[in-house]
Amino acid sequence: MNKPGVEICTLIIENRECGGRSDQTILEVAEEYGIFIPTLCRLSGLSNIGACRMCLVEVKGSNKLMPACVTKVQEGMEVTVNSPKLAEYRKTVLELLFSERNHICSVCVTNGHCDLQALAQKLGVNHIPMPYIHPHLMVDASHPRFLADHNRCILCTRCVRVCSEVEGAHTWDLMGRGTTVKVITDLKRPWGESESCTGCGKCVQVCPTGALSEKGQAAGEMLKRRQFLPYLSMMREVGR
Amino acid sequence: MNQDDLANIAAQTKQGDSRYDHVIKVCVAAGCLSANADQVKTQLESEVKQRGLETCCKVKGVGCMGLCAAGPLVAADANEKMFQNVTPADATAILDSVVDNKPAPAAIVMDSQLDFFTQQKKIVLENSGEIDPERIEDYIAADGYEALFHVITKLKPLGVIEQITKSGLRGRGGAGFPTGLKWTTVHKAAGTQKYVICNADEGDPGAFMDRSVLESDPHRVLEGMAIAGYAVGANKGFIYCRAEYPLAVKRLRVAIRQAESSGLLGNNIGDTHFDFKIEIRLGAGAFVCGEETALIASIEGGRGTPRPRPPFPAQSGLWNAPTLINNVETFANIAPIIRRGGEWYASIGTEKSKGTKVFALAGRVNNTGLIEVPMGMTLRDIIFKLGGGIPEGRKFKAVQSGGPSGGCVPEQFLDIPVDYDSLASVGSIMGSGGMIVMDETSCMVDVAKFFMDFCMSESCGKCVPCRVGTTQMHNILERISEGRAETHDLDLLKRLTGMVKEASLCGLGQTAPNPTLTTLRYFMDEYRAHIEEGRCPAGICHPVKAEAEVGV
Repeated sequence: MNKPGVEICTLIIENRECGGRSDQTILEVAEEYGIFIPTLCRLSGLSNIGACRMCLVEVKGSNKLMPACVTKVQEGMEVTVNSPKLAEYRKTVLELLFSERNHICSVCVTNGHCDLQALAQKLGVNHIPMPYIHPHLMVDASHPRFLADHNRCILCTRCVRVCSEVEGAHTWDLMGRGTTVKVITDLKRPWGESESCTGCGKCVQVCPTGALSEKGQAAGEMLKRRQFLPYLSMMREVGR
Repeated sequence: MNQDDLANIAAQTKQGDSRYDHVIKVCVAAGCLSANADQVKTQLESEVKQRGLETCCKVKGVGCMGLCAAGPLVAADANEKMFQNVTPADATAILDSVVDNKPAPAAIVMDSQLDFFTQQKKIVLENSGEIDPERIEDYIAADGYEALFHVITKLKPLGVIEQITKSGLRGRGGAGFPTGLKWTTVHKAAGTQKYVICNADEGDPGAFMDRSVLESDPHRVLEGMAIAGYAVGANKGFIYCRAEYPLAVKRLRVAIRQAESSGLLGNNIGDTHFDFKIEIRLGAGAFVCGEETALIASIEGGRGTPRPRPPFPAQSGLWNAPTLINNVETFANIAPIIRRGGEWYASIGTEKSKGTKVFALAGRVNNTGLIEVPMGMTLRDIIFKLGGGIPEGRKFKAVQSGGPSGGCVPEQFLDIPVDYDSLASVGSIMGSGGMIVMDETSCMVDVAKFFMDFCMSESCGKCVPCRVGTTQMHNILERISEGRAETHDLDLLKRLTGMVKEASLCGLGQTAPNPTLTTLRYFMDEYRAHIEEGRCPAGICHPVKAEAEVGV
């Protein structure tokens, strides 16, 4: 089963001795051992980009924090998942995300089923200590079945990746820099006029927030179909 | 072409030049060109023609002479006579002075014995202001491509790397990674296809070292890259140059074409089995593309966003092949190191920072321009000796090194030697060589805000700390400068600086807090004055709080 060059290594994650393959990431090994590392941009089955910085961990001997989703395990590694500093940084990441756009949960279609909201509750984010930026962003309702509300987008690019890597359409991509970055369809055409979109809805299902939703949902009604996710992993494995 | 051909070209060019009694050099780099240096050159040429002096007097366009503040610059007779702020109308006076030895008007005469010129040590810039950047023969006459021939005919790749390692050269892009070590890693990396990339995406505000090297001596960079290609086993190089440098790009294109047609780039260089080709890629104006992984993504045709390292480009870079990526100035140091040996280079500079460094002096300093000094010179010497001090007798406040990634160094550290480690110890970085001098009329809150604004706009938006963190920090700094901030904003600012520094994905975010951190550390009183007293000590910001309170 092992590919050439892949070795079995033992490492310590959160004071527990763990065994892993050298082609696995810290996050994958930690998950096998039931050690929780928060993630946001990551979705099993898609490529990992290390962008949200939620899964940062400390690795002994390195003065930099490493994203667990992309850092491969090594023999003898000692990984700290929970420290006061990491906890604070993770909370700050969430606070920054909440401050960036409009994340008023009570009027969101995914209220109660949102990855961002769930993570904030789990990590104890109960207020935002910085002013909201609240840019004026458009809602794209041009698609007959789906809705893109950029005010809810956290730019995790799960939609971009699922569309490119699994559906193969690459309808979604990014434009702009800094806080003006936006996910766009077909070189910034309205979603409904997109020629590459197959209407499969994968992007909607993988979106962690209420940014992409099915039309006709009232607040709290947009349940993401998570049974969809194993299918993604399977498709990716088959594709390899 | 072989070594004899090279020697012939060098001899012929030198002989050709020695026919002239006087060589008048006119700077045609971007700084002087923007002040009509091309017209000065044309006027000088027609004047020479008019006087029938074509046989004894040659007018030649050369690269940057350094003192951009006094441009356009003209030099003659091995730089014994130099002229500043020249206009086309001065052509007569210059020729009178050079040919007939008549005194020129005081306004245009420049003292060639200024500290600015005499205190420099030129290695990277040895040909800048001396040779015509658009003539390969000029470069060859200045020992150009000699190092490349030596390397490909006499040295093994590891022998080349040994010299570079011995020289102690560290990456001139700013981070200071040992160049020899990087070359070794790429050399050892497994793979049949490897690449060499020259990072010419210079984007720090106020910095123009790389532009100047490319405009003044492009062949030097090509030679450095070819030597690197031989050492690491690459047959293909890319120069990633920002499109905002049209003159540099044009001269690079000319240089590549000349080198190719002379057989100094391409297949079977110097009748050996070594092949090396160079292509130019233009950046579309994103600062983040100076980050190596973003630069690679951009060359590949993707969106210029960084990715987490490891894997480092040395293991998996351009199209997943092992890739050596160095800065323009690093490559510009290679040929002299090979020609004169690693030990010679290591004898210059300090214990841990060898050689020289090019700096772009800008801001509130008399002699703005380009200088090259040995590592270890003090900031005071650079600013007050070479830089000629602060204009109009104002008081020095701080010097900002390293652009948006660096910090502001206050007066108490003016005597530290300029090297990688000393600058880091006071919270700044060496950076690529931008040096912006500030005096008492500069507001440090405003400076911090300027750089944060830059980082905020140039963040690629991929990772949360950099994308939103820089925006929030910028907003706080803006509130402080406008007098709308409260004391707790400072706590939030400090909290965010630490988090953004440690949690960001790439160097842009990791270093973006540096200007803010250093101004917080050394100029807290200015922050307090803005917040508590609604007053800007330098008179730059206009905190509204002060006006409102006066009204009450």
